[in-house]
Amino acid sequence: MKKEKGIFIIFVILCVLVAIGNPNFLSPANLKNTTRLIGIFGIFSIGSGIVIIARGIDLSVGSVFSLIGVILSMLLVKHQVAWPLAMLIVLALATLIGCFHGTLVTKYKIQAFIVTLCGLLFYRGIARFISNDVTMGFGYGEGFSIVQYLATGNLWGIPLPFILMLIISVLAWVFLHKSVYGRYIFAIGRNEEATYFSGINTDRMIMLTYAICGLLAGISGVLLAFYTNAIAPSSHGNFYELYGIAAAVLGGCSLKGGEGSIGGIIIGAAMLQVIQNLVNLLGIPSSLNFAVMGIVILIGVLADKFLVNRQMSK
Amino acid sequence: MAPAKATPGNCILEMKGISKTFGAFKALNKVSLAVNEGEILALLGENGAGKSTLMKILSGIYTATEGSVHLDDKACEINSVKESQRLGIILIHQELNLLDNLDVAGNIFLGREPVKAFKLIDLHKLYADADELLKLFGLTIPSATSVSKLSIAEQQIIEIIKALSQHARIIIMDEPTSSLTLKETDLLFEIIRNLKAKGISIIYISHRLNEIIEIADRVVVLKDGQNSGELQRREINHDNLVRLMIGRDIFKSQVAPWPYHPASSFEIRDLSTYRYTQHGVNLRLSGGEILGISGLVGAGRTELVNTIFGIHRATGGTMHLNGAEITVNNPADAISKGIFLVPEDRRNQGIVASMNIIENLTLPNLPATSAFKIISRRKEAALSTAKVEELNVKAPTLRTNLKDLSGGNQQKIAIGKWLSRNPSLLIFDEPTRGVDIGAKAEIYNILRNLAKSGVMIIVVSSDMEEIINISHRILVMHEGKISGQLEPEEFTEENIMRYAVGLN
Repeated sequence: MKKEKGIFIIFVILCVLVAIGNPNFLSPANLKNTTRLIGIFGIFSIGSGIVIIARGIDLSVGSVFSLIGVILSMLLVKHQVAWPLAMLIVLALATLIGCFHGTLVTKYKIQAFIVTLCGLLFYRGIARFISNDVTMGFGYGEGFSIVQYLATGNLWGIPLPFILMLIISVLAWVFLHKSVYGRYIFAIGRNEEATYFSGINTDRMIMLTYAICGLLAGISGVLLAFYTNAIAPSSHGNFYELYGIAAAVLGGCSLKGGEGSIGGIIIGAAMLQVIQNLVNLLGIPSSLNFAVMGIVILIGVLADKFLVNRQMSK
Repeated sequence: MAPAKATPGNCILEMKGISKTFGAFKALNKVSLAVNEGEILALLGENGAGKSTLMKILSGIYTATEGSVHLDDKACEINSVKESQRLGIILIHQELNLLDNLDVAGNIFLGREPVKAFKLIDLHKLYADADELLKLFGLTIPSATSVSKLSIAEQQIIEIIKALSQHARIIIMDEPTSSLTLKETDLLFEIIRNLKAKGISIIYISHRLNEIIEIADRVVVLKDGQNSGELQRREINHDNLVRLMIGRDIFKSQVAPWPYHPASSFEIRDLSTYRYTQHGVNLRLSGGEILGISGLVGAGRTELVNTIFGIHRATGGTMHLNGAEITVNNPADAISKGIFLVPEDRRNQGIVASMNIIENLTLPNLPATSAFKIISRRKEAALSTAKVEELNVKAPTLRTNLKDLSGGNQQKIAIGKWLSRNPSLLIFDEPTRGVDIGAKAEIYNILRNLAKSGVMIIVVSSDMEEIINISHRILVMHEGKISGQLEPEEFTEENIMRYAVGLN
């Protein structure tokens, strides 16, 4: 709880500063767009965070977005597949990709960094190949406007992706912080060997974290595809895996495993979107986008370590 | 006992009155050791007698708290490994220190590579020099072979060659044969005798009495960090060695008769482990019995109990619980049958040090403290409170992390996590390692009470006093096999040591 409080304070300060710098930050249109993006990014960040808590890493998420986007467009537009079936196919594919990573990590003992790095290259390449490297779209959404609405619509004025993220967060919170599985995942992150000596099937639990990460990347991938409505296979979702990892780290996850919380991850994801927003609103040249983000993440992590959680550091 | 005195004239090294303390623990107490030129000196002692500490002081890894080292009658300060190597003292570690990503030549001359202009390595000279050294030792492999392709024996020889190329006068070998076959051991001995003929001195550390009898010119024995005696060549025999190793204070136990519960039994037949695939082990115990397993480090005890618990799969043989055959492929299988292990390596295997008491105690018991997979904080706390009271764990709160507890309290948690599960067989691997005396007595009480209630207990321990004190029956292991079984009236350190070193 302490850790979330720290990052939350930093988040609020950042929002206040941006609002002072440009009052447009608080305009309904800007708030709506920012929260929509927070929703899309928050969902897969939860997956990245859960993997990190179990002392793993998933670098393939951005490329999975591209692959899923391309396949989704081909299914819906080119092959006129009914949307429930198309959704089922892409979400199942994303989950299977996660299981595949989990298998390589647990059964074949290959380091997660390498497994998912290969994934990052492989899925992007496949996406570009099957699309002939041509930008794909969804046209006017005949026949599947309901799912499109999930990404672009609002409920009571709140963007649907944000609402979806809140629902998933609650489920993930129960899973990670209240259930037996969550306890096992934290224990694995801290000491996998002792956890195994306690009779827990550690391989199965690690597999589960990658499967969850895959599924959540699938959900985010669908939302992102409809949100951008145009998928350029070579750039769609580029670097997004790093947003997920950065959100988790900002939110208190340690790459050494065994640390972190759903609340923290969500605040971390939100913070990254506010930083993006800050670059636009404060008239900072967009070429500096990544530089600003890098600096702010570093300051955030440092501040969290030395100011807010000073009493906790040993 | 008189300090080790060598024949005058050709004594090259003398260590006098060496003491070493680690915190409050006195590892060495005024130990003396002398080495003659061209002599094979065996250094003998039980686990923890101080052999390794003494050799680490000689090779500059540790600095002595007290005492002096004289080389060629001149006092010298050995403060670093580099300094000891300069003096010609080379230690070959039990775990070999070769870099397996380099080739043989690269390893032999590591840090002393011949160079050309601009510090470029003179590869031609490097390989030529290395090949010549290899030939000298009768190795036919080219020096460009990667070390990872060599057998352990070959690697051992490479270490010796490396030592000689550094102009070694005294080579210390720590358990050099622990992973060699008999044939390889013979080859090593031949090389050692060659070195001796060249006037190089060898300090040979080993548990294996047969080897010492075969090769040593003189034996110095340590016990509990002190000189316990010295034998000249003609005095070296099994009986003398064993007597000096365990000293005079032979410990006799008073074993309480064990409460026999014949209804439960555990038996393994011809069970072999990955480490000693060729030896099957047989053992049997009944309810209420505490079976001690003794032996030296590397005898295969931990591998055996880890295999029973399913950490490793057995490479052969069967297990039987209460007469029925059981299959154990992983710890979960063992746990479901009521077989639990309190492992040897507490910090890495027994507990999660950065989690708190509740989380550690309930880790294997979450199904009992949860409903529909959601953990009940109330049930967790209740179970933990009960166990902490039962085991008399001293901790500020139940939310204290295990790393902030003493070794004894950590061990109680490692035991406690199994106690709410109705164990039928509990295995303790080194139950009191790193535990203070007070907590030790409490842990023995826990063991005895468990036995009284009919639980079967296996205790693996290197601590002889402990195994004699706690067991109803003792099995001794030697190189993967059960080398002997002792009934209470035969419980003496001498008997255990006899079997542990492989004598009959």
